[in-house]
Amino acid sequence: MRLHELRRPFKRPAISDQQRRREFALLRQAQQRSDSQNLARRLASSVLDLPNPASTVDAQSDLTESGDLDAVLAMEATEEREAISPTARDLDVVQASKLKGSEGRRWFSRQLMLPEWMIDVPPNLGRDWYVFARPAGKRCFVVSSSGSTVSRLRNGSVLHCFPSSLPNGARTKEMSAPSHVYCILDCIFHEPDQTYYVIDMVCWRGYSLYDCTAEFRFFWLNSKLLESGACNSPSAYHRYRFSVVPIYDCNQIGLRSAYTGVVPYIKDGLLFYNRHAHYETGNTPLALVWKDEFCSQYVLDTDSKGQVPAEQQVILELHDGGKLITSDDPPIVVGCLDRDFLQQSGSQIGYLLRFTVKDESVRIADGKLQLGDIKFISRANRARAFADSYSKIFFQYAARHSPLQFQDLIAAMQSNFDEKSGATDVEMAG
Amino acid sequence: MEITQLLLNAQSIDATARKRSEESLKQFQDQNLPGFLLSLSGELANDEKPVDSRKLAGLVLKNTLDAKEQHRKNELAQRWLSLDDSVKSQVKACLLQTLSSLVLDARSTASQVIAKLAGIELPQKHWPELIGVLLSNIHQLQPHVKQATLETLGYLCEEVSPEVVDQDQVNKILTAVVQGMNASEGNNDVRLAATRALYNALGFAQANFSNNMERDYIMRVVCEATLSPEVKIRQAAFECLVAISSTYYDKLAPYMQDIFNITAKAVREDEEPVALQAIEFWSSICDEEIDILDDYGSDFTADSDIPCFYFIKQALPALVPMLLETLLKQEEDQDQDEGAWNIAMAGGTCLGLVARTVGDDIIPLVMPFMEGNISKSDWRQREAATYAFGSIMEGPSPEKLASIVNVALTFMLTALMKDPSNHVKDTTAWTLGRIFEFMHGSTMETPVITRENCQQILTVLLQSMKDVPNVAEKACGALYFLAQGYEDVGSASPLIPFFQDIIQALLTVTHREDAGESRLRTAAYESLNEVVRCSTEETAPTVLQLVPVLMTELHQSLEAQKLTSDEREKQNELQGLLCGCLQVLIQKLGSAESTKYMFMQYTDQMMDLFLRVFACRNATVHGEAMLAIGSLAYVSGPNFVKYMQGFYPYLELGLQNFEDYQVCAISVGVVGDVCRVIEDKILPFCDGIMTHLLKDLSSNLLHRSVKPPIFSCFGDIALAIGENFEKYLIYAMPMLQSAAELSSHAALADDEMLEYTNQLRSGILEAYAGILQGFKNSPKAQLLTPYAPHILHFLDSLHNEKDMDDMVMKTAVGVLGDLADTLGASAGLLIKQSVSSNDFLEECLSSDDLLIKESADWAKKAITRAISG
Repeated sequence: MRLHELRRPFKRPAISDQQRRREFALLRQAQQRSDSQNLARRLASSVLDLPNPASTVDAQSDLTESGDLDAVLAMEATEEREAISPTARDLDVVQASKLKGSEGRRWFSRQLMLPEWMIDVPPNLGRDWYVFARPAGKRCFVVSSSGSTVSRLRNGSVLHCFPSSLPNGARTKEMSAPSHVYCILDCIFHEPDQTYYVIDMVCWRGYSLYDCTAEFRFFWLNSKLLESGACNSPSAYHRYRFSVVPIYDCNQIGLRSAYTGVVPYIKDGLLFYNRHAHYETGNTPLALVWKDEFCSQYVLDTDSKGQVPAEQQVILELHDGGKLITSDDPPIVVGCLDRDFLQQSGSQIGYLLRFTVKDESVRIADGKLQLGDIKFISRANRARAFADSYSKIFFQYAARHSPLQFQDLIAAMQSNFDEKSGATDVEMAG
Repeated sequence: MEITQLLLNAQSIDATARKRSEESLKQFQDQNLPGFLLSLSGELANDEKPVDSRKLAGLVLKNTLDAKEQHRKNELAQRWLSLDDSVKSQVKACLLQTLSSLVLDARSTASQVIAKLAGIELPQKHWPELIGVLLSNIHQLQPHVKQATLETLGYLCEEVSPEVVDQDQVNKILTAVVQGMNASEGNNDVRLAATRALYNALGFAQANFSNNMERDYIMRVVCEATLSPEVKIRQAAFECLVAISSTYYDKLAPYMQDIFNITAKAVREDEEPVALQAIEFWSSICDEEIDILDDYGSDFTADSDIPCFYFIKQALPALVPMLLETLLKQEEDQDQDEGAWNIAMAGGTCLGLVARTVGDDIIPLVMPFMEGNISKSDWRQREAATYAFGSIMEGPSPEKLASIVNVALTFMLTALMKDPSNHVKDTTAWTLGRIFEFMHGSTMETPVITRENCQQILTVLLQSMKDVPNVAEKACGALYFLAQGYEDVGSASPLIPFFQDIIQALLTVTHREDAGESRLRTAAYESLNEVVRCSTEETAPTVLQLVPVLMTELHQSLEAQKLTSDEREKQNELQGLLCGCLQVLIQKLGSAESTKYMFMQYTDQMMDLFLRVFACRNATVHGEAMLAIGSLAYVSGPNFVKYMQGFYPYLELGLQNFEDYQVCAISVGVVGDVCRVIEDKILPFCDGIMTHLLKDLSSNLLHRSVKPPIFSCFGDIALAIGENFEKYLIYAMPMLQSAAELSSHAALADDEMLEYTNQLRSGILEAYAGILQGFKNSPKAQLLTPYAPHILHFLDSLHNEKDMDDMVMKTAVGVLGDLADTLGASAGLLIKQSVSSNDFLEECLSSDDLLIKESADWAKKAITRAISG
């Protein structure tokens, strides 16, 4: 008669390494299949033009702009339920937090929303945008889950692992929560007061905010963070303090307050967020950064030794055929290396390289910047994950020659206002 | 020659005689099956015949009815059912008659054959009188008939599924069995047969276990049987308790106190086979509670069907001391003996499960034992203390353990170097591995390994890797988890300065003369794999250097000549390990542009080696090489086409490997990999590949788990070759249609079946998606129009069944879009007119799952565009 197997695995790991290899291979294949199908659907199909954000944005802003308390309460009530079925993208975060080594770094290095540099003033700056002073420090992604909190830098590497009062951010009796409860915050770690300044909220208690407008995210951030106790002073189960930053409507008063107002942190420029924009990973023109000498110590980029070089330097990625590209998506080709040089230097595709820009060779035509002569200096610091973006190069060039000044922003506000009063944006009520 | 002589000769020591009679028996069977079966059953039933010929007659008879492989088993069952009724009833009569024989072996063989026949006939509603006849035997006075009948009922319950037997008969069987177990049964053989029969009959007793009175009675009889003076009865009774613990966990509460007393006594006093079962009872309860608590805590399934009764938590204060006592009963050489299983091992394993069940609560119960024994002069005490400590590393919170581990760590490192007992060193190294596995990693709040002690740990581990094989194996295992803990710290990994030494030490282990013992070589390669996976940019040059080193070893292994079969097996094992390690290297080095470039110089030679590996016919090695080639294809990109000519014959072999279905599954996956990298360059090989895939699908020899990936693979091929898939449509589409038909109306008896059905659906949908996308923008796209109604019908039926998982849903709504995208207005209108399709689309559009929503958004646009354009 068949009997119960009495012998159990003894001093052996639960899964063999061979089984692990097989599972990895299957995962890789499934991922690649899905990638190539998605590619096929996008290629040769004109359906996937830019999604029209109007419908979702409107729904979302109606909810909050109207200040409809019931709707907000309903949202609150559904919070728990939603948390049970987080969206696939959030699941990715949970899975990604289990990703190992360089894969984990690579994954996380792609998750932050990266503001473009402001090279001209966007239309409606005075109507559709928020502004706040950016704290100086390390931009990072903070994930609290399974009883611990991990912060990762822009290049994906781990900055801190620590207990925090964020939901599921520490393993304490009163705070123990089911594993699907986790949070993702977009922060800047400010060294002098050892504080995480939260500049955006991506996920709260398993409830995804990726597809919510900035308006809603900031509202949620301000109401939820305080409740959680994460803004309290550090303690045994809460190693670092979290804090919010004052966010202003971008009108003349708001802009001036952000620029000159007193904040507990060292400022590093101003950040502008379009209130209708969703949280998008990677570079986006719907969030902008602007700096001048008054509100930032770091207007001009420094070189590898931390000095401001006499001539502008740029970091570019080497692409096939010797092309040099920016980190934009799609990348912009701004130069080319010749074959001899490639062979001599042993540079390979994917390398990030540092160049000096010859001022006199730069042209601005039709509002587009063209780098003429660039000179190779060295390979960029390994900790870097990305090349410079086009907007950054442009901003840096402008900062050295004819910077966009605070007065220009204020002036734009003025003209925005004029425009607004003259515009005939009337909602038809029938 | 007469049958008796043939059967006796078949067991002769003279090989020629044996062979001759085997051939004659086979000839007899082939020429006259009914006559053959009648002779065999007659022989078995005849008390005049020698016991050896009777026994073999029964076994041969059984083999005409049953085989291991499912398809063969089905064939044999069909063959039996198609026999003449008179033949069948004569055979059955002989078998039933044999149950009364005085010869034990004859009775026992007959029992097994009857059960096999029952397995074939009862589901067909044949042989309805069987159970009645058996039950009437029970009331006979002769104990040997009772014994044989109970044994038959036991086998029968094993062969037949509970649905086939009606409750009335189940009740009667259980009554007979439990009565036979009762202490009032004077005959031990009968009581033992009954106890063993109950073990198999438990699955039939659902209704009886829900009835308090009946359950009380069964439980009382089982518990009494654990106190029988006969050791075999006690053992069988505990086996029943173990089976009850998993089948009827939720019914156990009233009996737990008694069961604890019984098991504790058995663990402390009884003979080992009984004591092992008693411990297993508690391990099995832990398994149940761990599963339930897992369900409580998991993301989506909400609550478990069965509530947790926290039996372990309640028994804890008494259970843990009992288990700790067993740890001191080690055998001298258990660590050198792969097959060893004794009370100390079982007790420690159970302790580990208890820790996982209750978490922190176990710490205060184990610490005094650990502290009291760890420095004693008797190695047994030191080993038991260490083993207890290692066992509880998983379960309690790392924070609670950290302070203890911090103290213990230095002690353990010294013990690993200096303890005179190999046994203690073995367990110490294993415990270090457990500490690294559960207490070390970048997300730990209270790291026990710091930059300061890391170097010391490494020095000790590398030194320990030179120790006797069983200790060295555990040291390699510990290194595996040490490396794993640093996998996401990048340049901050403190292993970086020692990387070269680590690699060198592991390679040295793989070359040890005695690396074949205690799984040492395997452990060393596995650690090497993990060290490589977790390595950083800084050490990439060292990793790169490993490639030629391992390739040389593989080359040498393939060159080895004139091997005995034993040596060949060892070489095969080594080749498997080397291919596995090379696969890890390919993935690691291929994942960064900088190293990928340097790695590419080796691909030609490497591919050459892999092809030579295929020449040795060993499933594991074959699978490993295939996996490695899949990764290599991905790294090589379009250049992979140059290897196709050489690789294709082996890919073909892999696709035809029904026996080792995992090799077949891996090969199917590799076809997908290759399609994605060389795209339409796969075309010249497609006739062959498609032929094999279609054959695989129609074969009932092939394990069913390979079939869903084959459908997905159709999609991969179609996407790669586009409209060239045209000529396969007439074969592939009907197969997809019938599989779709089956999978939309599958009877989803259990979770496993539901999971398989959903895999099948995903596979089918991925095939449709690939084919539709492959034909997009081709003038031949309209060839697919005739299939559109069926595909839509499939999507509708999936929607109506309401049991899709997220993956299926996402793929399904994508296919809805693909139909419109590729076929344009005609399909667009079909979709618009279908209420079900629109409902489905709406449901997906409002899904919480972003991937589903994304696919749905796309599908909606594709449909709108198809109709308007």
